[in-house]
Amino acid sequence: MSEIALLEWVRGPGFQIATIILVVGVIIRIFEILMLGRKSNLAEAKGSEFASGMRTIVTRSVPTAESFKRSSLTIVAGYVFHFGLFVTIFLYAPHILLIKGVTGLAWPALPTPVVDIVAVVSIIALLVVLVHRFNNKVLRYLTTSGDLFAWFVTIAPLVTGYIAFHRIGMSGPALLAVHILSVELLMVVLPFTKLAHAFTIFMARWYNGAISGYRGVQS
Amino acid sequence: MASQSDKEKTLGDVLRSHGVSRRSFMKYCATTASMMALSPAMIPMIAEALEKAKKPSVIWLSFQECTGCTESLTRAGASTIENLIFDSISLDYHHTLQAAAGHGAEAAREEAMREHHGKYLLVVDGSIPMDNPGYSTIAGISNYDMLMEAAAGAAAIIAVGTCATYGGLPKANPNPTGAVSVGDLIKDKPIINVPGCPPIPVVITGVLTHFLTFGNLPELDDLGRPMAFYGQSIHDRCYRRPFYDKGLFAETFDDEGAKKGWCLYKLGCKGPTTYNACATTKWNNGTSFPIEAGHPCLGCSEPEFWDGGGFYKALSIPTADIGETALYAAAGAAAVGVALGAMNRSKKGSAAKAHEKVTLEDLEK
Repeated sequence: MSEIALLEWVRGPGFQIATIILVVGVIIRIFEILMLGRKSNLAEAKGSEFASGMRTIVTRSVPTAESFKRSSLTIVAGYVFHFGLFVTIFLYAPHILLIKGVTGLAWPALPTPVVDIVAVVSIIALLVVLVHRFNNKVLRYLTTSGDLFAWFVTIAPLVTGYIAFHRIGMSGPALLAVHILSVELLMVVLPFTKLAHAFTIFMARWYNGAISGYRGVQS
Repeated sequence: MASQSDKEKTLGDVLRSHGVSRRSFMKYCATTASMMALSPAMIPMIAEALEKAKKPSVIWLSFQECTGCTESLTRAGASTIENLIFDSISLDYHHTLQAAAGHGAEAAREEAMREHHGKYLLVVDGSIPMDNPGYSTIAGISNYDMLMEAAAGAAAIIAVGTCATYGGLPKANPNPTGAVSVGDLIKDKPIINVPGCPPIPVVITGVLTHFLTFGNLPELDDLGRPMAFYGQSIHDRCYRRPFYDKGLFAETFDDEGAKKGWCLYKLGCKGPTTYNACATTKWNNGTSFPIEAGHPCLGCSEPEFWDGGGFYKALSIPTADIGETALYAAAGAAAVGVALGAMNRSKKGSAAKAHEKVTLEDLEK
């Protein structure tokens, strides 16, 4: 297969397959969670589920002083690469074109050099969390091969995107094909790994808050 | 077609008889050497080889094509040395350009093939239909038969244009004629691919010059294209590249960005994935190239460029209809999700029903 044929495949059928797996995987998993159902709580409600749930989405997204002190590196690097992923995925002009092509929705892009810097910072942050994972005894003990795989599929699109933009090491079609392929890998594994938190995190936080709200305790 | 006495002349004789001075001839040799990334020490060698080169016999076959490649070469511009080199080859057969017709034309081809067996250059433009040979015939001979017969005695084959190199427009989906490229059919002869729709004229003469000088083929890339001309992408040599790097794009063909000459990526430019010499060699005697004229690169020197998802669709946009795919997938997944949920619930229900409470009697057992 020539490089250009590979590119055409990843832009066409490859992307289609990845989209189907992502959409089907995420929806089935969400349905599974939502339809699991809970035993009805016979105790009288002592507060609002909704308000407490919404509040918890915010409060659990901001670290407390104590937990920040305990694992400041993980929190800072974590925030940096999550913010970086958001910027590189949603605020880079060619990506907005893709989203517009698929959904019809568009918004202004950040200047390319800004996205470029953010991508580099995100890659560094992801490397820092990996090094920290191996340097910290407890983290190393808890690490599974699934964690390393999730790390790999997250950093791969950033690295391949960076070298595709700067055209390092391979021909134009190969660079773009490898980048798109790495994104397709991420799309395919996302619903079935811990990366599914992209869709479940706020749901889970709301639910934690809602339980406390019902009991009338602080979440 | 060339006469017998013409054939005995060397290239040097021909160029001199056309009034080409030594200075402009050496300039051409120097330009060719630099264009083909050869050392300056090669310039005298190129000059000497071209001086002494006997007019090579060239047979040009046109199959499923639009004659754009021949137009590109013959209307390349004023009388440049490139043209003269092209003119001074012994073009023994080219059914668009030759004066002879019918049996006379075919006789000229057969004679050239016999006389120069093993030495002639075969130039092919157009793809070959493999479905029904009747889709394209010349003098009642199918394109496939003519190609195979002519290729057998060729020293080398130059596939000119995207149709001959990759199948081109005739091969575009759904490929009604079963079109294939020259390289798909011939595996035992050296083939130089010179793709483009049409290719740049100077690339042809550059390849001819290389063949005349060194007697072999230039260095080729993995798609069989001469590295000297197809070694760099349009994007990497584009004068609008700084705008791409800054993220300054023309959104439409007539907005402020377009007027300021910003990058044409959003308008579907295929420059980043296209390898050709347009941005450096340019067209119409070095006047400009498509991007300079405000139009995105179509990627015409790459395989399957007709089926690359649309000329005006940016490279980052998937070629398939992803929105529709996602909708169908979501609808299907929702149905499956409901079914799975219902199954889980009934499982839970029957488990609860089957649950037996532990009685005192049980504990006493």
